[in-house]
This record gives sequence, C-alpha cells and structure tokens, in this order.
Amino acid sequence: MKVLLSWLKEYVDIDVTPQELETRLFGAGFEVEELKYLGESISKVVVGKITAMEHYEGTHLQICTLDCGEHGKDIIILTGADNVFVGAHVPVAMVGAVLPGGFKIKERNMVGKMSYGMLCSGEELDIPGTWYPGADVHGILILDENTEIGADIVEVLGLDDYIYDISITANRPDCQCILGIAREVAAFLGKPLKAPALTHNETDVTKEEIKVYDEAYDLCPRFLGHYIYDVKHFASPLWMQRRLASCGMKAIDAIVDITNYVLLEIGQPMHAYDLATLRQATVFPRRAHDGEKITTLDGKERVLTPNNLVICDAEGPIGLAGIMGGLDSEITEKTEEIVLEAAKFMRDNIRKSCRALGVHTDAAGRYEKGVDEFSVETGMARCLNLADELGVAKIGKTKFDCSGGASTKEREIDVAVAQVNEVLGIEVPTADIIRILESLNFGVSEKDGMLHIIVPRYREDVEHYQDIAEEVIREYGYDKIVPRFLDSAKVTNGGLTQAQERELAVKKLLCSQGCYEISTMAMYSPKDLDALLIPEDAPERNYIEILNPITENLSIVRTLLAPSMMNVICNNIKTDHDGARFFELAPVYLPKALPVTEYADERKHLCLGVFGGNEDFYSVKKIIDTLAATYDLEFVYAKDEVSYLHPGRTASITCNGVKLGYMGQLRYELVNALPIAEGKKADTRIFIAEIDYVKLAEQFSDTIHFVPLSDKESKSRDISLIVGKNVAVGEMIAAVKEISKLASEVDLIDIYQNEKFGFGKKSVTLSIKFATEDHSITDEEADQAKAKVAKKLGEQFEAVARA
Amino acid sequence: MQNLEELRKKFEAELTAIADNDQLSAFWQNYLGKNGVISGLMKQMKDLSKEEKKEFGKVANEIRMWAQEQYQEKQKEVKELEMAHRYEKESIDVTVPSKDIPAGNLHPISLIRQEMVEVFAGMGFEVWETPEIEDDDHNFTLLNVLKDHPARDMQDTFWLSDDFVLRTHTTGGDIHVMNNRKPPIKALNPGRTFRSDSDATHSPMFSQMDILVVDKGINLCDLQGMLDEFVRKIFNKDVKTRLRPSYFPFTEPSVEVDVSCFSCGGKGCPLCKGTGWIEILGGGVLNKVVLENCGIDPSEYSALAAGIGIERIAMLKYGINNMGHLFENNIDFLKQFKA
Repeated sequence: MKVLLSWLKEYVDIDVTPQELETRLFGAGFEVEELKYLGESISKVVVGKITAMEHYEGTHLQICTLDCGEHGKDIIILTGADNVFVGAHVPVAMVGAVLPGGFKIKERNMVGKMSYGMLCSGEELDIPGTWYPGADVHGILILDENTEIGADIVEVLGLDDYIYDISITANRPDCQCILGIAREVAAFLGKPLKAPALTHNETDVTKEEIKVYDEAYDLCPRFLGHYIYDVKHFASPLWMQRRLASCGMKAIDAIVDITNYVLLEIGQPMHAYDLATLRQATVFPRRAHDGEKITTLDGKERVLTPNNLVICDAEGPIGLAGIMGGLDSEITEKTEEIVLEAAKFMRDNIRKSCRALGVHTDAAGRYEKGVDEFSVETGMARCLNLADELGVAKIGKTKFDCSGGASTKEREIDVAVAQVNEVLGIEVPTADIIRILESLNFGVSEKDGMLHIIVPRYREDVEHYQDIAEEVIREYGYDKIVPRFLDSAKVTNGGLTQAQERELAVKKLLCSQGCYEISTMAMYSPKDLDALLIPEDAPERNYIEILNPITENLSIVRTLLAPSMMNVICNNIKTDHDGARFFELAPVYLPKALPVTEYADERKHLCLGVFGGNEDFYSVKKIIDTLAATYDLEFVYAKDEVSYLHPGRTASITCNGVKLGYMGQLRYELVNALPIAEGKKADTRIFIAEIDYVKLAEQFSDTIHFVPLSDKESKSRDISLIVGKNVAVGEMIAAVKEISKLASEVDLIDIYQNEKFGFGKKSVTLSIKFATEDHSITDEEADQAKAKVAKKLGEQFEAVARA
Repeated sequence: MQNLEELRKKFEAELTAIADNDQLSAFWQNYLGKNGVISGLMKQMKDLSKEEKKEFGKVANEIRMWAQEQYQEKQKEVKELEMAHRYEKESIDVTVPSKDIPAGNLHPISLIRQEMVEVFAGMGFEVWETPEIEDDDHNFTLLNVLKDHPARDMQDTFWLSDDFVLRTHTTGGDIHVMNNRKPPIKALNPGRTFRSDSDATHSPMFSQMDILVVDKGINLCDLQGMLDEFVRKIFNKDVKTRLRPSYFPFTEPSVEVDVSCFSCGGKGCPLCKGTGWIEILGGGVLNKVVLENCGIDPSEYSALAAGIGIERIAMLKYGINNMGHLFENNIDFLKQFKA
C-alpha cells in the first residue's frame, strides 16, 4: 500500500526521519518495500521569471532572459516552446541540473547562440496534469504567478515528500489505509492520534421518497445511506488530486474524488448513486436471482446466481455489491442529488463472486481483505465532512442505517497476564502490557492479574490471548525475547528410521558408482509421455491434471520419472557434455480416483539415466547389480518390452518373483528426435532404468543372520559350451542351479563368438563351485556333477561341449 | 694357519663381488656347501697332531661361524638388491588418471536437507514424510486458513480438484503428525512443496522443512533458542537470530526469523544487502485454534512451528547465485557438491 508521508503527518506528529520511520514500521510488522523521495530524480531546477524575450531570426526559437533570483538575474535560455511569454513563471533547469531519467543539463550552442539551461515542461519533470495544473499541456509548464522566484521546483511542485510502499499482512485489513497506518505510527512513537474531521452541517432538507433497506444481512451486515443534494461539479482541490495521484488514482470530479479519497484515507469503499437514476428512489442489497443478468460498468453482461450479492433499485440490479457498479447508475456532470452508500460486505462472498464472475476492482480488493464496522461509520462521516467542507454538496437530513440488529459494538475479551507471558516466555510487567494495549486503542482494565480488554472495532483479527501476546511483543520489542533451548520440553528419541537411513545409503551407493543425483519438477506435460511413446492405455497415462497450471509444460503430476530424466540428459548433451550417470529417487503420483477425491499413491521410484560413449548395457546393469549385491538381493533379468527402449536391449528386473522395474537402451528413433545437434546423435547412447523403490525396499532384509563357516571342502569346475547366440546366459546360469543341487555358485568366465563355432553360435564358459554342508566334495563327485550339468544343459539349450 | 688367513681374505673378496642370487648359490657351493672349502677344512684335521687339531679346530670353527655370518649378511643384501631391481623395473607413472568413473554426489538440495535433518535429529526430532498431494483440510482449513479468507491469497495454489491441491507448504504435515502422535512431539516435515509462481526467485516446485514442537510450556523463547542452535550448526558458531513480526494464520505471534549475516558478521555486505541480516524462515507459537483442531488441549500444551525454505538455505550456504541451477541439473553444477 502506498502512503504519502505528508498525508500521514496530518494524523500524527512524526518527529523521526523518514528513514527512521521505515525502520520503526519494519519493527512493528509493516515491511516497507520501497521508500521513495518524490523529488529524488530532480535537482537544480528552480523557479524563474521571463523578463525579456525575442524571436531568434531564422529559427523557431525564442531567446528568453530569466530572473532566477539568487541563482542568477540575466540567464539566457533558448526554447522552442510557443506558450511562453514575458512575465511567465517557469521551471528552469540550471546548468548542472538533473531531470527524471538522469538527463543532465549543460550549456549548449543552439544554432549559433549559447543557451544556459532549459525551460521545462510538466512531462520533462515527470509531473502528471493531476499533480499541477498545466503540467499536461504541450509546452513549458507555466507556474502560478505568485510562485517565489528562485525557489526549488521540488518544493514548489510538492515533490518534497516521501512515499512508502508498505506490505500489509492479511490479518491487518485495518491498516490498508492512511488512518490505519497513522494509528500504528502513533502507538509506536508514543504520540497522540489526531482524529480525522468527521463533522458536517446537516440541512433540514429531507427526501421522503428515498427508500434504503437491506435484504441480505448475512452478506451485508451493515448498509448506510445518506442523501446529499445540490451537487456541484468541479475539479477537486490540488492537494486532494495529488494525494489521489500518489496512490495511482486519477482525479475525475470532486464528488467522485472524495469517495476515492475516503477509500484511501479511511479504508472504506464508498459508492455514490445518482438519485435520478434510482427507480422509485430505492436502493438495497439482496441476493441475485438465479439467471438474473446485469451489465456492469465495463460493458459486460454478467449472469448471476443467488451466491452473488447485488444492489438493486425498485426494478432490478444496478450493481454488483462491493465489486462494480451498473452501467446506468454512474455519476455524471448532470447529477444533482446523490444517495451515498457505505456498506460492509462479507469478504468471503466478495471473493467468491469475484472469482466466479472473473472480475476484479479496487473496491472489491478492499472488501476481500475485510471492512469493519468502524470504517463503515467513519468512512461515511468523512465523506460527508469533505463534501460539506469543500462545498461539493449539501448534506440532507434523510439517512439510513441498516444493521439487522446485529451488534456493531466492540468485542470484549478476558485475558490473564500470565497467559500472555506464557506465550512469550518472558515477564512483561503488567503496567507495560496495559500501556501498550492502550496505545493501540484497546480499552483495558485489570483486576487480580486478569485483563478485561475492549478490542477496537477495526481489530477483527484480535480474538484470544495469543493475539494479545502478539500486540504486546510487537510494541515491547522482539529483542526482549531471551532465547532458551527447549528447556521445558521432554527428551524425545528422534532420528531417522531404518527405512530413511537406508534410502540415504542407497543414494550414496549410487553416488559411489559415479551417479549424480538430480532433482526435477514433479510436474510435466502429457507431451513428455508422448515423447517416450507411452501407449494411450498405459497406466502412466492415468495421471492427475493440474486445474490451473502456469504453463502447459507443467500441467500434469508425473506418473513416471523417465521423462524428467530424459530432459536432464538432453539438456546436458546440449550443453556439450559427452557422458554422465544420473539418478533420481522421487515419488510418482498415482491417483486412486479421478478427479482426485482421496489421497494419491505417492510411490517412490528410482530412475537411473546414463549416457556416454564408454557406457553399454552391461555397465549400466553393473550399477543395478551392485545395488543388489550390497543388500544381498538376487536380481533376475529377463528380456522385456518397454515402449521407449531398444527391443533387443531391454530387461525386466525381478527380485524374489516381484517385478521391480526395467532397464534398457533408448530407442534410436527417440535419440534422433531429441532436440540436440544432428552430429551428436550418431554417437549418443542413452540408458534408462526405472525401478519401483517401494517394491525394492520391501525386499531389503531388516536383520542379518550369521551362518557358521563351513569346514567342508568345495571344488570348482569350468565348463565351456557352444550354444546358439540367442540363448540367454542368465537362463543357463539359473538352469545350472536347478540341475545340480551341489552347484552353490555359478560365475560367467567368458562369452564370445568365433566363426569356428559355426554361424550363429557362441561359446559360453561358466565356473561352477560345487559344495554342500554334508561333506567335502571329492574330485570324482565334482566331475560327475559337472558331467551331469553339461549333459542337461546340452539337452535344454542345444549346447555342445567345446573341445 | 697361514692358509686360513689367506682363505679368509679370499672368501671376503669373492663375497663382496657377488651381485645376484645365482652367484650367491655358486659361492655357497664353493665354500659352505657339503664339499665346499670351509667344510673341507675339517677334513684336513685328520693329518694334524692332537695339539694342532685342537688349535686348528678352534680357528676353523671360528672361520666357519664367521663365514656363515658373512654369507647371511650378503644374502640379505642380495635379496634387498633384487627387490630394489624389481621395484625399479615395475615402476609406473602414478599420475596417469584412473580408468574408473569418478564418484558422483548428492544433489545440493538433498545434501543441505540431510544436514538440516541431522541437526534436528540430534535434538530428538523424528523425521516425517507426509503427502504432497494434500486435501484442503490439511493444507488450509485445519491450519486456520479458512475458506475465502484473504490469507489464502498468500499462497498461489495449484488445484487438482475441488478438494485436493499440490501442498503449498509442509505445515499441513504438522497436522498429520499431531493426529498420529500424542505430546510430547518433536517432528520434522521436510519435502516438496508447490506454488503457482515462477520467476527469478520462485520455482513452482521447491522444498520446505517444517519444524514442530508440542509440549508443556513451549513459548517464543524456545523458538528462538532452538533456531539459534540450528543456525550455529548450519552456518557458523558466531551467528544469531533476530525475530520480527509477521503473519501466518497458524501461528500467533508469528515471526520472520533473520540470521545475522555469516558473510560479513553483520557489518553489511552485498549478501545481506547492507542490512547485516538475512531472512531465512518464518514461524511462531502455534495458534491454539490449530491445536484444538488436532484434539490437543491448549490449556495443557503449547507448541511452536517454523518452516524453512530448503533451497534458500542451500543458496545461502553454498553461495548459489541462481535458483534455476537447482532444477536444471547441469553436470557442471551438480559435481560441485562433494561432501
């Protein structure tokens, strides 16, 4: 919120510097986002009077002689503007002056004649027409003829002022106005708050036919109306225009400006209805009928429901309550009589209506934050005061206050001093608590350590002892808090669970194998699934959509990590990296119902992504096998099909009969489709594994059981077989263990192809360790077992023993 | 006897000349073997008188002992020499880089998160993992962020359905904790959070860690004392915290917590924008309404809660100048976080 310092000073004597005030506001919970000196971009611009002027022959220029008082009596300045005249008071940028935008003024030669400065227009001084009359005209800004010669233009134009942009927290709607900030400033500076002028002269004129009432107290608990007449239409005074301009509001017409001024100063949105447009002189709020239509000020026709509150005259809606007026009830220069409205609309309903109707206005913004009983009354009184004071209208006798009988009184609460201090943890003396609360306009009486507190009506946020504790410490000072290390808390047994510890260990194990952990967005686009050719009927397509995504790229919640991994790999190839290993351990989000009506299955997946010239299927498999070996798990790999992976280089990963996931090489078509340089595509091999970490974690054993070391001897035998090249070695190894119960370990020694084995054949050499708990294996026994294995493998895999 | 002295000299000279094992074996055969010269001395004795035998035997024995000793010394020397040769021959260029893929490391977010978790784990905090897809009640209503209250505007929310959101903060996790544990409670809720907000300093996904303590007599002093301990562990022992007023619907009083600038020690520098303080988190004494919503009696227990932005701490601690890096996963960035 923008706060002009001079305006603030109208309500409280501020005897600290503008910078000190910023610090104090910060300390009280009002962060100043920007503190700006209005004249900061202008220097050495003074008021000068044109004492002589002659046309510079052959040019469009005027040679002016200026009296700038103490800054020089006969300064020659050339100007091309044609609105200057002898005797005119104008802003003179002296040699060395700086104008907004950092523009520096130097003496300069203009068509052979020296000019020692520049006469300024309103635009050059960055002053809008609402700030100083004539500032928006084309040409030099002509100042009032009584302006003191030589005076600093910053002061003359009222730019010797500061503007604070203060961020107001959502619990303090009462501070969304000058008066609210003034109350806070008065409290922390220990100064009295000067009350706004709220009085007016009421005439005896009544308007009997006006009817103001309220048909929706639940949505509009307070509705005030006041009749004013003899409305004059003229521009509001300069000071008012400037203050409106400082908050970004345009001056329109005195009566309209007053309503806007009251919004900024008191925080109460006001509405002025042209009585002539109110059919049967009636105005009241009610819920809209279903399907009822209204055309708002912005020219849009809106279809309403009973959830929308409308302001009506005798024949129908004339405005969306608290949001926007209707097209016909606007104040015009012909308006003579007005019904002024000050209302409290429930913020929830205004919010809902704004969202439902897709409309947002300043007034609605104010109502959404919350308007209180105090501001309704004060706003109306201030509005009448200004209308009367400035001669904008006469204040009639006819007025209405509809409150539906609900209390408009202050809330009263009882709080023990001890409760306040228990929240804070320090002992704030009772006298200080009372002093602080009183400075914030709370009514306080104390008896036996109990405080009876009357809460100001504009403090709807204050409900219980904790709120009071906050008010107290805010003023007493957070630096009075004495840090203590959970002294009263019981000792608790914390730390990571075994599963959490193991998850970290798994990550570190992957790191030790050269993998970098990545962290990617949990959201992506359906296009990311398309890119991996995920079929339309795949479970991964059953994703949760974000109803209000900020970009299509992040419009669904992911069901698979691989697309995120692919994006990371692709970006690293693009940035000229020729290889890396990555992993991510993060949840995918599987809905149990769509649209979402219950918690989703947030399942952690482990995704591995590897690329680079030195990598192949087996180097990636090694990473996964090392993970298995570390936790004494046996992973079984079998040929698998995955939409985005190489049909000949994809394996399912199974452990104890549970499929954990898959791994494989990315299809070449997908590599070719990557947005990377063509030249890199031929060399790029990418491997992806995606494992359901939840299922993996279920395989981990929680305990370690020692098996006594065997004192029986084992014997190892190598066996070399020639088989068809498509025979899966993994199956052969598994078969060996099936064939011989003595085969305790089977290792692959080598595997290679050679034309001497015949076309489409390969040699496989296995080392088999034969052992049993019962007895030491003899050579004979080992040889027999080996022969049995060779024979059975021969039958099963059409294997021939190698010579 | 003369002969013996000559023998001794000859032995010595030959032994000294020996350079390898082969020569050494030959030498052994020559002198100390079964038929060696020194073994042969004893055979010479049979021609001598009893007196001479005694004398000669004594000297011969001395020579034999001496020769064996000499030989053993030489043998040791030759072994060492041979080993030295072998080492010399086998020496390699130890500066050639290893062929194995160098180790990777955790993502900086994981790294700092782990560090933060461990600080609190040491204080007796349990680590919770709570839903990222959260319902309206847990993310908002039970935290005293009522429907259509302006406080809902404080967090730009990704909606998934009428009643479910991508959680906007990890504070909703505190509700899960309080619904599942009886006080005393010390719990952490680290995890992903989401806001429909994206610019230079905001990412639509980021991470937070909520800190919750529910016990008897918990107050604002505990909050600051606990956080002082935290910042000293994470940054350095000389930093301290500052509380200043703020607003969260679920805490009352609510505070923003600043840490004194660990870069300049509070004198003012670009990191702290000249203020000497850096904003790191928000928190406060849990609003009694939230305790009541979780069935905890506020007249018996009180609680404190704080929420820390994990990315922010990582950026501050590691000096990361661009939030975007954290989600780009460029290898040149990732590999800088070895610890």
